[in-house]
Amino acid sequence: MKTAVVVFPGSNCEHDVVYALETLGGSADLVWHRDTDLSGYDSVVLPGGFAHGDYLRTGAIARFSPVMAEVNRLAASGAPVLGICNGFQILCEAGLLPGVLLQNRDLKFICKPIHLRVESTNSILTRAAQVGDVLEIPLNSYEGNFTAAPSELASLESAGRVPLRYSDASGNIDATNNPNGSTNNIAAVSNGNVAGIMPHPERAIELILGSADGRILLESFLESKVSSHV
Amino acid sequence: MSETLPIHQALGMTDDEYADVCDILNRPPTEAELAMYSVMWSEHCSYKSSRAFLGRFPTSAPWVVVGPGENAGVVDLGDGWLAALRIESHNHPSFVEPYQGAATGVGGILRDIFTMGARPIALWDQIRFGPLDDPHNRYLLAGVVAGVAGYGNAVGVPTVGGEVAFEECYSGNPLVNVMCLGIMRKEQLVLGTAGTPGTIAVLLGSSTGRDGIGGASVLASASFDAGSDTKRPTVQVGDPFEEKKLIEACLELYDRALVVGVQDLGAAGLSCATSEPAARAGTGMDVDLGRVHVREAGMSAAELLMSESQERMMAFVDPANVEAVLAVATKWEIDASVVGTVTAGDTLRISYNDRVVAEMPAASLSEAAPILRRDSAQPDWLEGLWADTLEYRETPDITSCLLEVLADPSIGDPSWVYEQYDHQLFLNTIVGPGENGSLLRIKGTEKALAVSTDGNGRQCYLDPQRGGANLVWEAALNVAMLGAKPMAVVDNLNFGNPEKPEVMWQFIETVEGMSLACEALGVPVVGGNVSFYNETDEVDIYPTPIVGMLGLADPAPRSVPRLDSAEEGMSIWMFGPQDSRNLAGSAFEKIIKGHVGGRPTSSNPTIGKAVIELAIALAQQELVPVMHDISDGGVAVTLSEVCIASQVGAHVAYSSWAGLFAEAPHGFIAAVPDNHAAAIRAIADDLGVPLNELGTFGGDHISFDDTRGGVTSIPLSEAGVAWSGAIRSRMG
Amino acid sequence: MADTTTVTVNIRRRPSISDPQGATVARALRDLGHDVSDVRIDKTIELQVPPGDADSIRAAVTEMCEKLLANPVMEDFEIVINP
Repeated sequence: MKTAVVVFPGSNCEHDVVYALETLGGSADLVWHRDTDLSGYDSVVLPGGFAHGDYLRTGAIARFSPVMAEVNRLAASGAPVLGICNGFQILCEAGLLPGVLLQNRDLKFICKPIHLRVESTNSILTRAAQVGDVLEIPLNSYEGNFTAAPSELASLESAGRVPLRYSDASGNIDATNNPNGSTNNIAAVSNGNVAGIMPHPERAIELILGSADGRILLESFLESKVSSHV
Repeated sequence: MSETLPIHQALGMTDDEYADVCDILNRPPTEAELAMYSVMWSEHCSYKSSRAFLGRFPTSAPWVVVGPGENAGVVDLGDGWLAALRIESHNHPSFVEPYQGAATGVGGILRDIFTMGARPIALWDQIRFGPLDDPHNRYLLAGVVAGVAGYGNAVGVPTVGGEVAFEECYSGNPLVNVMCLGIMRKEQLVLGTAGTPGTIAVLLGSSTGRDGIGGASVLASASFDAGSDTKRPTVQVGDPFEEKKLIEACLELYDRALVVGVQDLGAAGLSCATSEPAARAGTGMDVDLGRVHVREAGMSAAELLMSESQERMMAFVDPANVEAVLAVATKWEIDASVVGTVTAGDTLRISYNDRVVAEMPAASLSEAAPILRRDSAQPDWLEGLWADTLEYRETPDITSCLLEVLADPSIGDPSWVYEQYDHQLFLNTIVGPGENGSLLRIKGTEKALAVSTDGNGRQCYLDPQRGGANLVWEAALNVAMLGAKPMAVVDNLNFGNPEKPEVMWQFIETVEGMSLACEALGVPVVGGNVSFYNETDEVDIYPTPIVGMLGLADPAPRSVPRLDSAEEGMSIWMFGPQDSRNLAGSAFEKIIKGHVGGRPTSSNPTIGKAVIELAIALAQQELVPVMHDISDGGVAVTLSEVCIASQVGAHVAYSSWAGLFAEAPHGFIAAVPDNHAAAIRAIADDLGVPLNELGTFGGDHISFDDTRGGVTSIPLSEAGVAWSGAIRSRMG
Repeated sequence: MADTTTVTVNIRRRPSISDPQGATVARALRDLGHDVSDVRIDKTIELQVPPGDADSIRAAVTEMCEKLLANPVMEDFEIVINP
């Protein structure tokens, strides 16, 4: 499977994502946001960073970048499409995922390792994991506070489309281990072959850097095949 | 050319300097020329008060590729890799507008690094403020940290370490020093040279506006321009998005070998970015200001030449490559203008609207700047201060003292600061903030770079020579504990008003102390920055040098000592000098007694070198899971920090309570597993490093046994609460 | 009479202070085909204050702006007291 890692002006995690995917045996290229042909690719990652400076609203300008037509086409064709951090914000702005990411509850940037509990294996991020697994993954965001309209939330929850929630190291999920104020401690959202995750799995693939728990998430992504659209 | 206006004094120039300019030109300067000389000969750009003394630093070593004087120091890491290192202050701008002041400080230091051809891979911030009980100091801390985070995180360079400290003397004058490290392959090195005649100057990046503090604002308020108050430029605004694009564009230019030289535009803007590269190349240059892309209409030549608009670079390009350079700029969505041509001879000629507005020898702006030998004199209060030591008749209550020291914002948990910084980007950060120093791997190699930044204004105030030397030793030990050999220093010298002889004396003594330590270590100084006039209401800050030490671990240890790796049953050994009782300048006396007096312990190069060798050996051979140096707060705080991080108690014996809080150089503690004890002792004996078995890790209390009787036992949880709330509880 | 008076404070960066956000949005609008030469993005703050005479409200809000709401070294502010 060959992955296109999209570079918007202001993206900054693109090299890390390529490094992580290749370390895990994948194959990935950087593609510029003005590219209009992703026909050689079976999957897409929108990496973290500050696309277009995060100006106006995070993701608001990026969703109009020329490459997004191709991202939409691939998403519609059933190809795995993953947004990490800023990429998650872009997928929400682009309407490929529900909800929105607001400023953190404490109005401060947060960079630290946090714990995530696997809530569902029905996503391109978690298909290789087990429900109840607790993963240590770095969070690195200012606008990571997920929220959605009550009806959208209800449908996300009832359809099991929340693959990961913020928890403590034992897997307890409550307000005290919610780092940024996300509704229902939601850390990731799935929509068929599309998923967004706020923490950075690519930063947790080697123990020497603190954790290798992100491997299972990116391996799930690499193992995801083009599926019929859900 | 128009007659000059009699405003050189308003621009900060002395009558003598003005006369020098007239001599160089053989006529009175034009407005634009006066503007250029005033900024280039300012303290900030010319180092006129410090230059005569900075020559004291040792600057050479076989691995130095570029020493002081360029945009950044560059050292050879072997196997074709180079590292570029630089530190800069943004103290005054950060006081005026903390967010933008800190943000533009980050932007500026990044440009110094990628100007050299290197990709910036990490930042460190060294920040100092007045006490946090003053709401204005809290505002400044919050703003500066948000500014470093806002710029560094967005531009995509991790801030992997630093230091935050608080003293009354920084209340009206916070210190914001930022250091940046970059790496590159040897063939990517680019210097700030204009090249040969015919080379084209291309200005890249942001448009030029009326930004800039200092000179330009004086101009606006003088009679250059009848602008209104709202036109007066004051604060520079950073744009990390523009800088990110500029970094990627410049790195592509270097990769494709499309430039012969590059100079960033910082202080003195275009004046500097034209004259310095020409001076370095021994050429002249013709520049047309009308081709500069501008943000505002109607700017004067002087304003264009002095503007400090951010995120701009000047590239020097062979004419055959100009189209390719402009195409790279277009791809990365940055603006570019061809603004000049390098000429034979040595004349810098600036025209604007078809008129020559400035014409002078290019080198006269940088190299003819005055060098002052200001008066210096040991402060008359110093010997009294040395004699002002406290007598302790009774042993203080160790529990309450230790808890109070741990809860001090200069000692306790700095995570409130560093959790706001992306410190992981690029997947290099093996050891990040909150440890002795930082360790960054170079992917695809066995190498890792260790960096520590250290400052201690209080000790330098009590004895600038000893304090300056001790800082170098401390920083070197910090990188050694990560398994790295110290290889280069950059320094940021933050001082008061150099027109006062005692401040100049402090400066000269500090440089002497740092130089002695660097010479003993065999470590060169490859770059530095001087910030004078740090004073409020004529009260100077403590002399506050900041030392940034770069070390190379090759190979990097696979298992690096960390504070959180102590385990039940491991022994606690203290290495280095064992007999210090000296509390002069210590955190203990400052925090508990409100006292700053006496004379700090001096360094001992023989012991210092042996201790550093020992630390490197212990880390490289992976014999100890924890090492931590004894600095602020003494061994009591050092041990507590390990216990809190490792979530394990400790039981140690002491013979003198003062020894628990003394801050002598060259000491560290380590967690020693039984099976390595003999090997460790053999290495220490071999190197002649004294050691003492203090006790063992275990339980849930930190306990201190007085060898003459009496036990102090502090619950680990209580120590943890005190330490972790130090900044967080005050900042919310 | 209303319980409170609404005061709108418009805070604008001074013209010489750059607005990177505005510049980026302007570029994006032009990319989308809109004819826009410049964009500036500023702040509007709405306050509810006790009713009173306009001069004293203005004085109070001016103090708020100078102390907290605006940074006088880089921003100008305009106070609109809604009737």
